[in-house]
Amino acid sequence: MDLKLRVWRQKDANSKGGFENYDVQNITTDASFLEMMDILNEQLVNSGQDPVAFDHDCREGICGMCSLYINGRAHGPDTEVTTCQLHMRKFKDGDTITIEPWRSGGFPVIKDLMVDRSAYDKILQAGGYVSVNTGGVPDANALPISKIDADEAMDAATCIGCGACVATCKNSSAMLFVSAKVSQLALLPQGKVEASRRAKAMVARMDELGFGNCTNTGACEVECPKGISIAHIARLNREFLFATCKE
Amino acid sequence: MSGFMSSSIGKKFFMSITGLFLMVFLLVHLTANLALLFGPEAFNKVSHFMGTNPIIQVMQPVLAIGFILHILYASMLTIQNQKARPESYAKTVNGHQSSWTSKNMYILGGVVLSFLVLHIINFFWKMKVTGSPLLNEVEVDGEMMENAYGLVVGLFKDPQLGIVYSLVYILGAVGLGFHLTHGFWSSFQTIGMSNDLWRKRLTAVGYLFALLIGAGFSIIPLFLMITA
Amino acid sequence: MTKLNSKIPEGLVAEKWDNYKAHQKLVNPANKRKLDVIVVGTGLAGGAAAASLGELGFNVKVFCYQDSPRRAHSIAAQGGINAAKNYPNDGDSIYRLFYDTVKGGDYRAREANVYRLAQVSNDIIDQCVAQGVPFAREYGGLLDNRSFGGAQVSRTFYARGQTGQQLLLGAYGALNRQIEAGTCKMYNRTEMMDVVVVDGKARGIITRNMVTGEIDAHFGHAVVLATGGYGNVFFLSTNAMGSNGSAAVKAYRKGAYFGNPCYVQIHPTCIPVHGDFQSKLTLMSESLRNDGRIWVPKKKEDAEAIRAGKLKPTEIKAEDRDYYLERRYPAFGNLVPRDVASRAAKERCDAGYGVGTGQAVYLDFKTAIERLGEDKIRERYGNLFQMYEKIVDENPYKTPMMIYPAIHYTMGGLWVDYELQTTIPGLFAAGEANFSDHGANRLGASALMQGLADGYFVLPYTVQNYLADELHTPRLNPEETKEFIEAKDEVQNHINKLMNINGSRSVDSIHKELGHIMWDNVGMARNEKGLKDAIEKISALRKEFWANVKVPGSANEMNPELEKANRVADFLELGELMARDALHREESCGGHFREEFQTEEGEAKRNDQDFTYVATWEYKGSEASPELHKEDLKYEAIEVKVRNYK
Repeated sequence: MDLKLRVWRQKDANSKGGFENYDVQNITTDASFLEMMDILNEQLVNSGQDPVAFDHDCREGICGMCSLYINGRAHGPDTEVTTCQLHMRKFKDGDTITIEPWRSGGFPVIKDLMVDRSAYDKILQAGGYVSVNTGGVPDANALPISKIDADEAMDAATCIGCGACVATCKNSSAMLFVSAKVSQLALLPQGKVEASRRAKAMVARMDELGFGNCTNTGACEVECPKGISIAHIARLNREFLFATCKE
Repeated sequence: MSGFMSSSIGKKFFMSITGLFLMVFLLVHLTANLALLFGPEAFNKVSHFMGTNPIIQVMQPVLAIGFILHILYASMLTIQNQKARPESYAKTVNGHQSSWTSKNMYILGGVVLSFLVLHIINFFWKMKVTGSPLLNEVEVDGEMMENAYGLVVGLFKDPQLGIVYSLVYILGAVGLGFHLTHGFWSSFQTIGMSNDLWRKRLTAVGYLFALLIGAGFSIIPLFLMITA
Repeated sequence: MTKLNSKIPEGLVAEKWDNYKAHQKLVNPANKRKLDVIVVGTGLAGGAAAASLGELGFNVKVFCYQDSPRRAHSIAAQGGINAAKNYPNDGDSIYRLFYDTVKGGDYRAREANVYRLAQVSNDIIDQCVAQGVPFAREYGGLLDNRSFGGAQVSRTFYARGQTGQQLLLGAYGALNRQIEAGTCKMYNRTEMMDVVVVDGKARGIITRNMVTGEIDAHFGHAVVLATGGYGNVFFLSTNAMGSNGSAAVKAYRKGAYFGNPCYVQIHPTCIPVHGDFQSKLTLMSESLRNDGRIWVPKKKEDAEAIRAGKLKPTEIKAEDRDYYLERRYPAFGNLVPRDVASRAAKERCDAGYGVGTGQAVYLDFKTAIERLGEDKIRERYGNLFQMYEKIVDENPYKTPMMIYPAIHYTMGGLWVDYELQTTIPGLFAAGEANFSDHGANRLGASALMQGLADGYFVLPYTVQNYLADELHTPRLNPEETKEFIEAKDEVQNHINKLMNINGSRSVDSIHKELGHIMWDNVGMARNEKGLKDAIEKISALRKEFWANVKVPGSANEMNPELEKANRVADFLELGELMARDALHREESCGGHFREEFQTEEGEAKRNDQDFTYVATWEYKGSEASPELHKEDLKYEAIEVKVRNYK
């Protein structure tokens, strides 16, 4: 099929960007969205133009590196997929596709469709871990953990840190991301030990980095490629309030 | 605690607590108003009780503070939220990810606030400050009290503007109802009292509550229009 | 004169690691902070090593090319991680895990390393649980296990189909904690461009900031490369798009020997190639072979009709299907090791029985669904079926999946001794980047085990042993040290050269051509003629690359094409080295199958007499052939036998 692409181009973080229009021809419906982008780039390189920069790596939906706001939706028009798992059969011949980078004060654009998501790293550095050193830990089966809790912790732990929640939230809030880690560790006895400290430190770091406030619209969980529930946000709120009460 | 007050979750906590408080107020207010359906005597008695009961008098300024905090925090959060996305998207999809009301609570809040101002001018202001000839005292069960019923009926049955007021009041009630469809569940979520199961229950109860408040407050002008 | 000294400690195989630790040198806490360690790569091995070294108190600088350390490709591992815990009480032990790994590797791994790997495997599970990794559990609250190919016990711990992700996030958490504590300094979107060697020892690296294009030099008393494998030489593989062999190649050029480059693992169950535009191959977990049956049509005309779209697989009667794995290997059936299953699929397709494009076979769940019901199958493999449906747009509950083998893992890598040190003192290699503990074939769920073993439990000891002698080495200032300045200039020249070719071919088109040569000649089945052919073709392609590649944009900005060009330049070097190694190894073993060396039934035929050694290659300049050095493998705890899966 033939498509018209409207792609955001921006030289670097300090330049002003704008949309450019491109045509691509004979795209098969079996191609993934990023393969379509590869074809566009090959076309641009061959005609002496600068290819479109976009983040991607594993191309199987797990590394969280690919982003792209496609036709008004984070990761495009399919549910529970990342952009690399989106296939062209979701589009029709002659469609115009608008491709934008994630938009958030917390994720400044680096170039074209690439954004800087190091804010996510910084939030996790504030406390998204269990403070144990290598070695000297008890036997793995020393502490039984309820399967229900372990499964729920796993639901939260599947977060790939792609940023779709921030990108899609009208307030550009990072609460789903933060809650996924806080919730995972709060559910496990290993993480409970420092749960209060973690919740406060991570929320404080999140607030510093320019993300908005959650207004419980629930858009994040709809666009989350891993389907993480905003029930985890409720748990984060709970953890944070308890932590404050303990002061 | 100062960290809590300035944190995003802390600010939302205040939104949520004041919201829940205002919802309780709405319930009390609606109960009182519905006395109107039982005639002038019932309504005047309730109105008299509300105007003289010491607990209610003490709660009035608290209620005012509740409103003001709710509005102030909403404004603060909204400004921050808008700053969080300096450049907006060229293309967005509406309605897929979340309900319109959940995304437009500030606008709905504005609707409710405008209505509230009008409502205060129409009734509260007249009863407490300026007075009105319609409020001339009447005797109910041997006790003299203001004719609040007269004031209400006077407004909605005004030959020129009665129909306009009725429609504006119904609009205000519906706006409030929509505000509550998101606000009810959302306030529980913010204070952490939700999970996947309770969310379903709370949203259902929230819709019922919103319907009750929206319809309940609309009934009064409608009732007066019909009985006209 | 060979420099190969594997430094295997004295004693029985079970005592070697304890002996090593008991006698190694240590650095006291106050001195640790005076010593700098560079870690390149943040996957399981790199992330774990950086965090552990930081916890000990060393000054660690950590580098990754992705936008965050959490993106490393370890994240994509699905199945699980092996450990000899014997929780299910089914007869597992450290010795048995050791034995299975050596046997699975077709007796081409170093005994002492593999034994140590099995020993520390249990510590890994304890460590990960303590970090909050949500492994699957039973209702009683204890850890659950499942079984994987090549073993008769259930020793694989897992977290749904995302074990690699969870383990990596554990290591990433530990690394984050050290970054916050200030012991580790993280450099994201930074690519290593060269190793700096001063007076014969690795002393640092040259990097390129991928956002600004800036070239920097970093000093370290020791350098750890945990940069993964080089499967992307084949262009199409299950590796991430950015996975590359450049760090290993740079080290190789600086004098580190390259071990067993020809050992490549081809995974039998991947979604087949479906077009020339395709950028990568997606793995379907090995666990599917527990319930799925692999077949092709028995009659050639049926296969032709299917390829032409005239016949559906569901229309073929049971007696007209050839369940070739069950036919050839009745004892193991569909659960033969990866190398065996892959070759069998290729054999059928080459004979004209392939389906789809002709390069695919069926993986059918019909029997399993009839036996267990669709719900049970959904519970077991639901996420994989969904993934398949998203990609192929066919419902695998109704029609069989199509699969074909694909490049998955490289057992070869930088040669390291028992301490994981390369032939350049102070330069260590860990995880898939080293020639590893897997011999000629890796068993499922062992890659995660090796990465974390190296990172958490081996390097913190062996790097320390090395650094104990470096206390008096002052921190060198890269701005003023000749070797750093020269290395930086070299990198700059290399980049300028790439930018200035300004030819007419895109990097990808050359990479794809290399991939085709590799797949056809250095892939699943190799022969002398094909390999010689490949060496010639790659050499010509390399010339073509340096004469005719086109890199748009400039070097002083974010330039993904430049990054790719730099990596492909190294892949061309690696491809040739792989072909050379494959040509010299005149036997078939594990993932290396030479058509000349097979039994009458078409099975791999090892030559233990002449080839029980690690082939390591020393770089001799871009125009000269590399020199072969051999590390003889001695088996003391295990009797060498012929693998038999019939």
